[in-house]
Amino acid sequence: MTDAARPEPTEPAPGAHLVTEAERDELRRHGILLTKLEEIVNLGRSKSVWPLQFGLACCAIEMIAASMARFDIARFGSEVFRPSPRQADLLIVSGTVTKKMAPQVVRLWNQMPEPKYCIAMGACAISGGPFKQGYNVLKGIDRFIPVDVYIPGCPPRPEALLHGLLQLQEQIRTQKSSGPNVARHLRPGDRCDYAVPEFGERDLEPPANPAVWQAPSIVRNEKA
Amino acid sequence: MMETLEQVRDRLLARFPGGEVTLIANPGPAAQHSLALGLNQAAAMALFLRDDPDLRLDYCSNVTGVDWPEKEIVESTKVTVPDPAGGPAKVVEQKTKRIQPGYLEVVYHLYSMALKHGPVIVRLRTGNRHDQVTVPSFTPVWRSCEFQEREVFDLFGVKFSDHPDLRRILMWDEFTAHPMRKDYVEPDDYEWEPTPHGTVLEKAKAHYPATAVAAPTAAVGAAHHTPAAAAVTTAAPVVRSDTGLETRATPAPKEGTP
Repeated sequence: MTDAARPEPTEPAPGAHLVTEAERDELRRHGILLTKLEEIVNLGRSKSVWPLQFGLACCAIEMIAASMARFDIARFGSEVFRPSPRQADLLIVSGTVTKKMAPQVVRLWNQMPEPKYCIAMGACAISGGPFKQGYNVLKGIDRFIPVDVYIPGCPPRPEALLHGLLQLQEQIRTQKSSGPNVARHLRPGDRCDYAVPEFGERDLEPPANPAVWQAPSIVRNEKA
Repeated sequence: MMETLEQVRDRLLARFPGGEVTLIANPGPAAQHSLALGLNQAAAMALFLRDDPDLRLDYCSNVTGVDWPEKEIVESTKVTVPDPAGGPAKVVEQKTKRIQPGYLEVVYHLYSMALKHGPVIVRLRTGNRHDQVTVPSFTPVWRSCEFQEREVFDLFGVKFSDHPDLRRILMWDEFTAHPMRKDYVEPDDYEWEPTPHGTVLEKAKAHYPATAVAAPTAAVGAAHHTPAAAAVTTAAPVVRSDTGLETRATPAPKEGTP
């Protein structure tokens, strides 16, 4: 465990200055681990992320391959695919989210207990992918639920999913339980309840959740 | 060997007096000619095609829809006009325009598993594209038509009488449009397109108004040579980011219904 790669905590814990990093290393050599409860808890949580057993399209095949012996997602503690959202920590949106399926995906997300995480796997889940200019595919699941890790690819290989999982573990390890950078689910006012879109006459109503997603502004540089 | 389509048509016409059967030739290299059945006796004709001992078309492998929108056809005819002065008659080309009315079409591909022949292609045409869009369902004849007729109903808006369960199959029930029709306009919901071009660029222009050009392009072109012009180009991104905040504030325009 090295602290060098971590971002600096914005608020040092009270009394943190009493023990320097060198002294902590010295203690560790003598078999005494001096750390914060937050770090231990985060380490434990990051090593046992339970994904929801939920597939949407061809990316799900790669997700299944990642869970089998050859790629073996169990090496990273995520082999327990739960068939119920009530028991899952991680929603892997693996594939094309059609507009007809989008309310069900948001509902599954709402049914998962906090703390929970979302990986958008593949081009379709990120942006609609090859169906971007069509009428029936949601142009990215981040329009309705917050996404922690995006994995590009069509579909991404199992290694890419494992890499995304490691990125997510890194995010979980650095999550704060207090202070200004507190984890999303600990923020006051976060109800962990995201609006489920309705079926409209032409499109989903609303087509995106403005509390979660705003269209990035692109400024065209018009040629004179 | 199966009899030719002309023979099938003649037998249908003999069996169903007053019925309409038209042979539609396919001029392409595939040469898959087809039979257009009149709607009033189409269901009985389908039963005949299935049960006739020489045809036994017991398997409907494919049902699909075609949208033929209204089309303007210009026909030119050559007319000889006699010269009133007594000279030689002139040949004048007259152009007449006519509107070919649009219609919807359902195409069935029929095979015989028993006699190992096919396909026989059968078409049903609706009266128009708005209110006369009902054709008889072939689901009572070939059970495999059920889901595919529902799909044609969903995406083209053809109604099938006698269909046991005519609901939308792909889109949700509240959806009102028919997306595979030629005049369908999809919702403008891909506001964010990083590299727009073509028709997508035109849509992106509506979403993201252009910035006021900060510096004349000639100055930007000269940026490689003079330090002063280089300062202009480095200043440009600041202007862009300011206007970027403005464009974020403007709401996206709504797409009109077709």
